[in-house]
Amino acid sequence: MTQTLTPTQSSSAGAEPQKTPWWEFFTFSVDHKVIGIQYLVTSFMFYLIGGALASAVRVELATPDSDLVDPAFYNSLFTMHGTVMIFLWIVPAVTGGFGNYLVPLMIGARDMAFPRLNAIAFWLTIPAGLLLMGSFFVGPASTGWTAYPPLSILTDEHVGQAIWILSILLVGTSSILAAVNFIVTIWSMRMKGMDLFSMPLFCWAMMATSVLALLATPVLAGAMVLLGFDLLIGTNFFNPTGGGDPVVYQHLFWFYSHPAVYVMILPVFGIISEVIPPHSRKPIFGYKAIAYSSMMICALGLFVWAHHMFTSGTPDWLRVFFMVATLLVAVPTGIKVFSWVATLWGGKLRLDSPLLFAMGFISTFLIGGLSGVMLGSAPVDIHVHDTYFVVAHFHYVLFGGSVFGIYAGLYHWFPKMTGRMLNEFWGKIHFVLTFIGMHLTFGPMHILGLQGMPRRVAQYDPQFAPINMICTVGALILAFSTVPFVINAVYSWFKGEQAPDNPWNALTLEWTTSSPPIPHNWVGDPVLATGPYDYGEEYKEDRQEAIAAS
Amino acid sequence: MKVNNKLISIVVIIGLIIAASIWYGRNNGLLPVAAGDEATLYDGLFNTILAIAAGFFLIVEGVLLYSIIKFRKRKGDEADGPAIHENLTLEIAWTAIPTVIVMWVAIYSFDVYTAMQGTQDLSGMAHGGMHNAVAHVDHAAHHESGGMHSNSMTSKATLASSNNNGVMMAGVIPSEDSDVVAINVSAMQFAWVFNYSDEIATAELHVPVGKKIRLNMNAVDVLHAFWVPQLRIKQDVIPGRETYLEFTPRVVGEYPVVCAELCGSYHGGMRTTMVIDTPEDYAKWLKEQQEIASNDPEAIVASRPPSQMSEHEYLAGKVAQMGMTSKK
Repeated sequence: MTQTLTPTQSSSAGAEPQKTPWWEFFTFSVDHKVIGIQYLVTSFMFYLIGGALASAVRVELATPDSDLVDPAFYNSLFTMHGTVMIFLWIVPAVTGGFGNYLVPLMIGARDMAFPRLNAIAFWLTIPAGLLLMGSFFVGPASTGWTAYPPLSILTDEHVGQAIWILSILLVGTSSILAAVNFIVTIWSMRMKGMDLFSMPLFCWAMMATSVLALLATPVLAGAMVLLGFDLLIGTNFFNPTGGGDPVVYQHLFWFYSHPAVYVMILPVFGIISEVIPPHSRKPIFGYKAIAYSSMMICALGLFVWAHHMFTSGTPDWLRVFFMVATLLVAVPTGIKVFSWVATLWGGKLRLDSPLLFAMGFISTFLIGGLSGVMLGSAPVDIHVHDTYFVVAHFHYVLFGGSVFGIYAGLYHWFPKMTGRMLNEFWGKIHFVLTFIGMHLTFGPMHILGLQGMPRRVAQYDPQFAPINMICTVGALILAFSTVPFVINAVYSWFKGEQAPDNPWNALTLEWTTSSPPIPHNWVGDPVLATGPYDYGEEYKEDRQEAIAAS
Repeated sequence: MKVNNKLISIVVIIGLIIAASIWYGRNNGLLPVAAGDEATLYDGLFNTILAIAAGFFLIVEGVLLYSIIKFRKRKGDEADGPAIHENLTLEIAWTAIPTVIVMWVAIYSFDVYTAMQGTQDLSGMAHGGMHNAVAHVDHAAHHESGGMHSNSMTSKATLASSNNNGVMMAGVIPSEDSDVVAINVSAMQFAWVFNYSDEIATAELHVPVGKKIRLNMNAVDVLHAFWVPQLRIKQDVIPGRETYLEFTPRVVGEYPVVCAELCGSYHGGMRTTMVIDTPEDYAKWLKEQQEIASNDPEAIVASRPPSQMSEHEYLAGKVAQMGMTSKK
């Protein structure tokens, strides 16, 4: 970010905020802002469901015996937990929710490129979620969110497994539609004067995410269709008794599902890049490096899938290639982390909830990233593969990373979305509980895995009981930590303090319109007043002039 | 003078962080006892990478904590920070240093990986290369198509025993190398069966200390994974394919054999014990097993139905009570 844009007035100052009537959230609305909120609220509901399933799993694991639920149902619990959290919470929240709400606002567009396609993408996730939840009445899938054959073909829960496949196909389709929409929107609908390198970093992240989703998701769909054939009509793509190969499924599955991690985390990287500068009052450090690193993660992310298969009997040369590719992902990720830290350095940190969650994100994601490097090394991975070490690692990435990032984004953009401020005191309580709960739940799991506890077991060696008890207590704190947030969000949405158009004095384009924004976002044409991150004493005067001029 | 002080502080802090990281790498106590040669190699690599990770952890978390204390907004201070956009030298440094470190980790990992495979050639090594192509129904009839003779035998057995009732596979010891103790392993829901020869089939794995052990592994039904945490090695056991695992046990004792790949309802109960014996004890044990086998060949299998094979102190009653078939 070297160019400086001449500050001029923002064209929507003084526009009347738009209050969307509640029923519009239940319609086939084509407004990207309504769809964004639809995604966010729906996915948060699924987060609560997924969290309830996780709590049941942790309570079961409080003791070494399988005494709360029978082991078969236990398998269903963690299968559904994983599926719900990935496909119905994080992916829809970060791409569908934040992406839809923010991308058009950030690039000065009136809406997404294909508004109807956008609505269809959202409304596909509803039957997917309902089907998945409905499968509890017929016996839910119990073969893990990976659904490895032959187990998923020979499973007793045929109907549940078939529903699971259909549900994944629906959310996969939704994801592909959304990805096409984002790429076209970002590529062709940027306002006049905004080139690629003057758009906010969240848009870069969404671009990288969409490219990745578009390339990888169809492969998952293919794997699901073939698995469905094996399960329902007796083909033998993956069934070894008929000549099929279960390892081929693993290649297809991970070709999507490792990039899916980046689909979940890249938009969160974008959110963090948007939250840190206004709350620390400094320009983002290394704009171009962060933008390029998103694209680098996107490119490298497509060539790391086999690191999930170091123990599956993959050939050696393949393991070496994938080990090097996996370890290399640490470089662009490290660039981002260092850049965020450098942005904070020397700033005037306003330690409100958005920045607390953003800093919580950096500190916990760092641990997930470092354990990721350990797992990237093939020999290290072989010992801890399919153990609680891996469970700890991906929860540090996907909870400490994605969920903390989502919370940072929610606290940051809640005033824009609703026109009301969230209560800061309860925000801080929420942060502290989440932070403690998260480390207590997932931290000790590293030790469990290294010491020899495999994942996906309802019964375990009693020597692991004390550490498991700590994890369970942590999980209950984590479950409880959502209470202050839910109450705060619901109460503030209706009764919270009125939010000004730009409560954080932020410089990205969405803050130049009213809170909440009017239909089609701006009264006239939006005008770029400053670059997205032109904070700092040197720019302050220019900004004040711009405000005075408006 | 001021700059010098700053420089000295930075050097001292980085020195302390490096010292703390190295200390933690050597004294973390996170891994269980190393019972085999490969485990010792593994521990060296693990501790080194852990030390590097600890260093990065301390630096980044330290800066975050310092920022919270030092740079938080004071009351009444509405000023912005300095408008710093980039610093090319710094950015090159923090791109180059991690790149060099991860490449070094990759080379070190590859080195350890090769060493853990011992003298094996790259096509059939410790962590389970595969020789067999995907098994076809008629594969068993064509021994020549499967590479090693024993592979074909075991594939045949695997395919013949696609039910869950634990049909024994034919145990054949590949005898190209007399220094290697070869044991055939069959994995099924929810038990391990170890075949020492055509006669001996056991539920508990016994191996002599100091000898190279080779496990030729096959799955009867679904995916399983053979894991002994104290050996630091793991290999998926795949129906229709044969996978391998090689290791050299070093510390006499009893260790858990764990199934690490989700294999159905009672996956958590699929455990047994690996006993690393002294050569004398091993010979004695083998003799005992042979006697039992020669007295009543049927009894070997019959006396160890799957329901008892996974018997483990904490699961003893539980497993019997559950039965061994998955929930209908």
